[in-house]
Amino acid sequence: MLRIRNLVAGYDKLKVLKGITLHVKEGEIVTIIGANGAGKTTLLNTVASLVKPTSGEIKLNGRDVTGLSPDRIVRGGCALVPEGRQLFPAMTVRENLTLGGYTLFKRKRRNGLQLRLNNIYELFPILKERGSQLAGTLSGGEQQMVAIGRALMAETDLLMMDEPSMGLAPIIVKNIFQVVQSLRDQGKTILIVEQNAKAVLEIADRGYVMETGSLVMEGRAGELLNNNDVKRAYLGRDYKEFTDR
Amino acid sequence: MIYSKEFETMEHEDLESLQIERLQATLNRVYRNVSFYRNLYDETGLEISEIKSIDDMAKLPFTTKDDLRKSYPYEAFAVPLRDIVRIHSTSGTSGNPVVVGYTGNDLKIWSELVARVLSAAGMTGHDLIQIAFNYSQSTGGLGFHYGVEQIGASVIPASGEEVLKQIQIMKDYRTSALVSTPGYALHIVSVPEENNMDPQELNLSVGLFGSEPWSEKMRIEIESRLKIKAFDNYGLSEVMGPGVAFECEERDGLHVNEDHFIVEVIDPETLQILPPGEKGELVFTTITKQGFPLIRYRTGDISSIVEESCSCGRTTRRIKRISGRTDDMMIVDGNNLFPSQIEALLFEIEGVEPHFKIILDRDEGLDIIELKVEVTPDFIAFDEIRKVQKFQNKIRQLLINRLGLHAKITLTEPNSLGRTDGGKIKRVLDLRFF
Repeated sequence: MLRIRNLVAGYDKLKVLKGITLHVKEGEIVTIIGANGAGKTTLLNTVASLVKPTSGEIKLNGRDVTGLSPDRIVRGGCALVPEGRQLFPAMTVRENLTLGGYTLFKRKRRNGLQLRLNNIYELFPILKERGSQLAGTLSGGEQQMVAIGRALMAETDLLMMDEPSMGLAPIIVKNIFQVVQSLRDQGKTILIVEQNAKAVLEIADRGYVMETGSLVMEGRAGELLNNNDVKRAYLGRDYKEFTDR
Repeated sequence: MIYSKEFETMEHEDLESLQIERLQATLNRVYRNVSFYRNLYDETGLEISEIKSIDDMAKLPFTTKDDLRKSYPYEAFAVPLRDIVRIHSTSGTSGNPVVVGYTGNDLKIWSELVARVLSAAGMTGHDLIQIAFNYSQSTGGLGFHYGVEQIGASVIPASGEEVLKQIQIMKDYRTSALVSTPGYALHIVSVPEENNMDPQELNLSVGLFGSEPWSEKMRIEIESRLKIKAFDNYGLSEVMGPGVAFECEERDGLHVNEDHFIVEVIDPETLQILPPGEKGELVFTTITKQGFPLIRYRTGDISSIVEESCSCGRTTRRIKRISGRTDDMMIVDGNNLFPSQIEALLFEIEGVEPHFKIILDRDEGLDIIELKVEVTPDFIAFDEIRKVQKFQNKIRQLLINRLGLHAKITLTEPNSLGRTDGGKIKRVLDLRFF
């Protein structure tokens, strides 16, 4: 579904991604875990074409999409749930969601919008209730649902999520990840970038570990969950057990 | 049976992209965590981000056994020692052994790779599998042991039990599969014949043999005498142990577990990569190991890559049976031995020259080693049999203590061993495969 080869990207002179090679197969939940500043967000933004790569190749469904405009990436089958939700707080929930279907406007198939909206409401019934409420007045968890719903409106095969657990209570994180799992079961392919390694590895199929712009490990989620390096660095578990004597 | 269909029958393109992903991650890890590799790459001015494809691997320097020995014991580990859950060492090498550490995850992957080997030889959860590899230090015993448990078969850890006991177990426990060196398999058959036992009384149907080179002729002999089907497999402790490459039911070359190891064949003189089909030295790179990763490790084993697809359905490339060594390493009863080790030992003994000849032969499957040594010109004890015997015993005991080698010692006159033009003695005469 997604195949990235030797991707190098950054901002001005700062090189953030130092040659990333990874793949996501259809129907998988793949996660990239790593500390703050490792380059995880830059990676997703580069795939979404919000950041232009310096070199390397991004293939979506076998097509080279490197450097295409962001809307073409969405039409090519890849939508992004950005870090920190990025909703329009002064617009209603319904308006925020509808914006996610912008690819339909160009195709003049607006009647399809309502159908998609209904699907989102089915997935998140609470959003139907909140439909005419301003997005900025929602709780963090509800806002995250809107952000996911907005990306789903584009009906892409691949969904990229940037730190969906950020700032949410553990119980809400659990709910969000349950939704992610059910999306996968419905046939979506999902790439999640997360700092909350433990929660995400429990629902993911595979994972990559990112350190300062490079991937240093690839493996099944269960393997990474049990890996001592991962435990020390990202799960914050048993700090004492791991400190050097 | 194909144990891991997803990976063993992968499309070539998918496999290659998995390999490059894992290779890059491994390079990033070794560069960060192993000073040997970091220094090596910094000295050669190599940026690991230059490695963008499998073809780019040619830019990476090789790793040799000598490099690993210098890292004795733990310098080449890529994780802190507290993450290591098992430590193996290579058997009988000159100088320091190579110490290999495994993380919990390494062991898990290892078990799965050995499960592939066993499954390819037709073994299933119903088998009773007797392992006649010594469990001490080297990887053969425990490596296979975990693989057997992985496929849910019963493992009989017979290890180094003496042969009559092994046969007794085989008979009483109704062992269905034997894992050992090919030489040991032949040894097992020769014994019941001596004791009027019929190998057909055994319940054996499969044998999985490795850790020393063997020929197609030997396979036929084992199969006809033990009434089993015999499979070859390949592995070495530095790279992992058993589970690197194995025969499928076609028994025409050994499939490499390419999702975990990248195989290359090079010309040992020019170090150039050779195309498939051409014979040269096998070089392996591990791409999933965490404890002890190796980048372009020169094995010293001679083989070639078979690129044609195999009718078993696996898409992984194969290597031919190992046909020899690039160096003078001998494999005696499954253990590695270099003439230089013997030379070093002889230097320590007063009364002999470090001029010697090793004669290897095989009797009923077991290796027999004879060591002919030249005495110094001032050695005058030849007329005193007891002194000679005592002296021979001293050398014999030293070989046992230091190299674990049981050899017959023959003393010869100074300059009696034939020398070649360069004044060197051809040190090894291997009669085992004739």
